[in-house]
Amino acid sequence: MSFINYASREINCKIVYYGPGLCGKTTNLQYVYQKTAADAKGKMISLATETERTLFFDFLPLALGEIRGFKTRFHLYTVPGQVFYDASRKLILKGVDGVVFVADSQEERMDANIESVENLRINLIEQGYDLDKIPYVVQYNKRDLPNVVSVDELRRELNPTGVPDFEACATTGEGVFETLKAIAKLILFDLKKGK
Amino acid sequence: MSNPQLIMYDEEFKQINVVLDKLLREANAKVIFLVDKNGQLITGCGETERFDTTSLASLTAGNIAATGGLAKLIGEKEFSILFHEGEKDNLHISIVAGRVILVVLFDTRSSLGLVRLRVKKASEELTAIFTRLLEKSEEKEKTGDSEFPFAEITDDDIDNLFS
Repeated sequence: MSFINYASREINCKIVYYGPGLCGKTTNLQYVYQKTAADAKGKMISLATETERTLFFDFLPLALGEIRGFKTRFHLYTVPGQVFYDASRKLILKGVDGVVFVADSQEERMDANIESVENLRINLIEQGYDLDKIPYVVQYNKRDLPNVVSVDELRRELNPTGVPDFEACATTGEGVFETLKAIAKLILFDLKKGK
Repeated sequence: MSNPQLIMYDEEFKQINVVLDKLLREANAKVIFLVDKNGQLITGCGETERFDTTSLASLTAGNIAATGGLAKLIGEKEFSILFHEGEKDNLHISIVAGRVILVVLFDTRSSLGLVRLRVKKASEELTAIFTRLLEKSEEKEKTGDSEFPFAEITDDDIDNLFS
């Protein structure tokens, strides 16, 4: 849940990037980190194994600017995608304000995508959230690869409710900021609605 | 939802800082942080400028979440105190009022016993403040008396953030 501090005039929100192993969650954060001005970002933390697989989470704090005199900060987290890290994934979803699901567009990863969305739904329920009610966007990553599934099919399988979705190539940055902007927007409007 | 939104007001913020300043002095600590369980820094006192406070807050919350997971696996509700001993500096981490994390960093000028003792006292005071804070925001929500800054937010406001 977002944290509103009237004393220091700040609002902090938590965004979690979810998806199957090697779908590009960390790459999304790395691109955001590279392209953000030094004064708007904090240090990026990656709790990863020696082979650079995410072990617990990646964390990137962004201070994008002010809205109505309130400093607006987004804390970006990724979960470890590998199936056996489920206990850690649950922990990272605690207090989430919005979720980005990063799908791997490659044909052979379709089953992993579907399994991961189901896992997301279940883990959110455990934390008391409903995927159909919280701010949620989907990103179809790796569009530059040759063996990709069509966006229509991805949409049918992974986004039946029609939340905002984006094609992306996180290594070149295509679609990365569009995705981030969309989830930020949904979160802020959700905050507004809540009052 | 398990944790309602945390809203901090001026009055309570000042009270919290008074408690932390006192704890800093009495426990002979170097730095003290108060962190939300979701990883957001609430406030800090002491030599805070020497540390990357945002990272510290998120890692502390991750740490508490991970040990909380461990506790549940062995049938405990939570481990309410964690202690990390280093060569020079030590970290004493404790859960206050069930939802915020108090982090005390101290070196050889203090001791674990002293820190534990003072933290216990300060925790009681902080719990009282957070209970009042929660009641206050619930009350404001009920009466609709909230000066919520985002009520008038527009698409343009958000677009400007990313420009």
